Amino acid sequence: MLDVIASNPILLALAALVGMAILFGALLGYAAVRFEVEGNPLSDQINAILPQTQCGQCGYPGCRPYAEAIAEGDAINKCPPGGEDTIQSLANLLDVEPEPLNAEHGIEAEPTVAYIREAECIGCTKCIQACPVDAILGAAKLMHTVIADECTGCDLCVEPCPVDCIDMLPRKSGIQHWYWPLPDGASRDHLIATDRDAEQVAA
Amino acid sequence: MNQIFNIHGGIHPPERKELSNPGRVIDATTPSKLVLPITQHIGAPARPIVEVGDAVLGGQMIAEAQGPVSVPVHAPSSGTVTAIEARAVPHASGLTDTCIEITLDGLDQSIAYEGVEDWRAQSKTLLLERIRLSGVTGLGGAGFPTAIKLASDRDKGIHTLIINGTECEPYITADDTVMQCFAQQIVEGSEILAHIVGAQTVLFAIEDNKPEATDAMRQAAAALDMAEVVTFPTKYPSGGEKQLIEILLNTQVPSGGIPADLGVLCQNPSTAIAVRDAIIDGRPLTHRITTVTGMSLNEPGNRRVMLGTPIGELLAHAGFHAEQADRVLHGGPMMGFAVTDLAMPVVKITNCILAPTRSEIPPPQAQQPCIRCGMCAEACPASLLPQQLYWYARAKDQEQLERHNLMDCIECGACAYVCPSHIPLVQYYRSAKGALREAVKEQVRSDNSRGRFEARQTRLEQEAAAREAKRAARKAAAEARAQAGDDPVQAAIERAKAKKAQQEESS
Repeated sequence: MLDVIASNPILLALAALVGMAILFGALLGYAAVRFEVEGNPLSDQINAILPQTQCGQCGYPGCRPYAEAIAEGDAINKCPPGGEDTIQSLANLLDVEPEPLNAEHGIEAEPTVAYIREAECIGCTKCIQACPVDAILGAAKLMHTVIADECTGCDLCVEPCPVDCIDMLPRKSGIQHWYWPLPDGASRDHLIATDRDAEQVAA
Repeated sequence: MNQIFNIHGGIHPPERKELSNPGRVIDATTPSKLVLPITQHIGAPARPIVEVGDAVLGGQMIAEAQGPVSVPVHAPSSGTVTAIEARAVPHASGLTDTCIEITLDGLDQSIAYEGVEDWRAQSKTLLLERIRLSGVTGLGGAGFPTAIKLASDRDKGIHTLIINGTECEPYITADDTVMQCFAQQIVEGSEILAHIVGAQTVLFAIEDNKPEATDAMRQAAAALDMAEVVTFPTKYPSGGEKQLIEILLNTQVPSGGIPADLGVLCQNPSTAIAVRDAIIDGRPLTHRITTVTGMSLNEPGNRRVMLGTPIGELLAHAGFHAEQADRVLHGGPMMGFAVTDLAMPVVKITNCILAPTRSEIPPPQAQQPCIRCGMCAEACPASLLPQQLYWYARAKDQEQLERHNLMDCIECGACAYVCPSHIPLVQYYRSAKGALREAVKEQVRSDNSRGRFEARQTRLEQEAAAREAKRAARKAAAEARAQAGDDPVQAAIERAKAKKAQQEESS
């Protein structure tokens, strides 16, 4: 038998390859069982990029379900609170082309915070049950209030309120949040000086 | 004499310091009203503790510090609080912020000041508390609460205190004037600062374009053994604290670090005086020396100004020709910002009000494309790559901006100054830095939200599971009873039957 193989180089090569295939197959099979990663690491990375408003505008009940859906191949442009920045980050992570935000799910808006007009609150606890991050404090027949620092601005509490006493107010305003805007000079960034002059005359 | 060293980059813009006649302090007019913003420092806003209609005296606290990184605000003179409302404040945004307006009575009465006797014998905690309650912030430009800086730096172990009298920015001569006129007080203040942080050496750092100030400081510092006056060649921005440390000590503050990591503390000469006043005289910070300069003024000079004085009144006092001035700047020509409303007040960080004519500082020219000449990289005192940062800032690529150490940019503007394409580079970096800081805050927020969301999910699942378990237990119990044959209804019927039979028997 060995003589036949040794004298026949094609058979020798074949035997060597089959032997290596079995060896590496066993090795890989063992590694797959031994070093198995629980959960989907990709969806964790995606979830870290999503803004965690838990608003459900993407059509999924929260950011993690959407992250899992993206990992399964769903579109990356369904998150209005994250906006262009989130789409860009997701595109970088997944190495796909960034797409503009899908307007079906909403438009990118300034972050907001819920505010309960406390005089009007009847203490029904409906908003407390709706809040995905437990940011509303209160009890039955007692006034409720929003913990502003914990509120994600998802506006899920607005709909259930029977007396419409919840307003969504812009979160960032005032001098503490301001920072320099990018110079608008970039738009006048033309190479040919005469073009620039014509534009200035027109303006 | 210490050896001095050079820093990378830097520029030599026209200084124009003689315009404001350094070395002479003019008393500014007393305005009829003062507008005091509750945020004149880095950190949480102070909380007003007076109400409209209250009479206040000079030196009285009108807003208290709120939170650890915050400083109080004091009334500079006597009068009545006439408004607490949002007003234009000196800030690059041109936005409004809460201010306390005091209508002065002209009597200039003040509370009785009480200094600390023999401060060397007092505990350092008490001295720090005094500094904090006196509202002292860094007066060089950033406005960081001095007591916080001292307290946190003290824990890191400071061996050298640098009094930063560099004042490298063109036009400004406030520190020069302070050093010429109040050298003795600076030395006293420095001694207190050195005592608090435990520094063994005090260096008075002065650029060589201020010989009078150098002489005055040398004379005053002769009395203090651990003090030394160091001069070095004039170059912008030698006054940045990281740059100054490199010039004096030939070591670089690590990226993302602070001077205290090297055992160094930098303070402005005016801050040293404010500390001295707070400890020795017990006087809070209510006045400062401000350079009021520019070719559109008849009488430019350094003025001792009450905090809260409207910039317009200060300019009027200096003979302002509004028709000649193109714009008014808060701060110097390199790092200042445009004043959008002359009702904005002078605050603790106002070291200069600049009212240049149009020919003096021409309006910025239109931006042209980057030609990749690399002059910005040559000028950058922080040894960054301004050109790369510019592209990344335009692309809003925060990952790359961070990797290229954007946060080490000191926003000195040297890159924009040398740029032959007139690209306002520093504006891009300021914007990108703001966006980066905001992104970090948002990340913290979203991590927090994720935690809360997941905690809630777990709680809901646990509640549902508990309900389910309870129901299952009840169901199992009922089934068990049915199997054992003790149907509660049947048992009740039988009990009733037995009772009836008993009654019949007894009757």
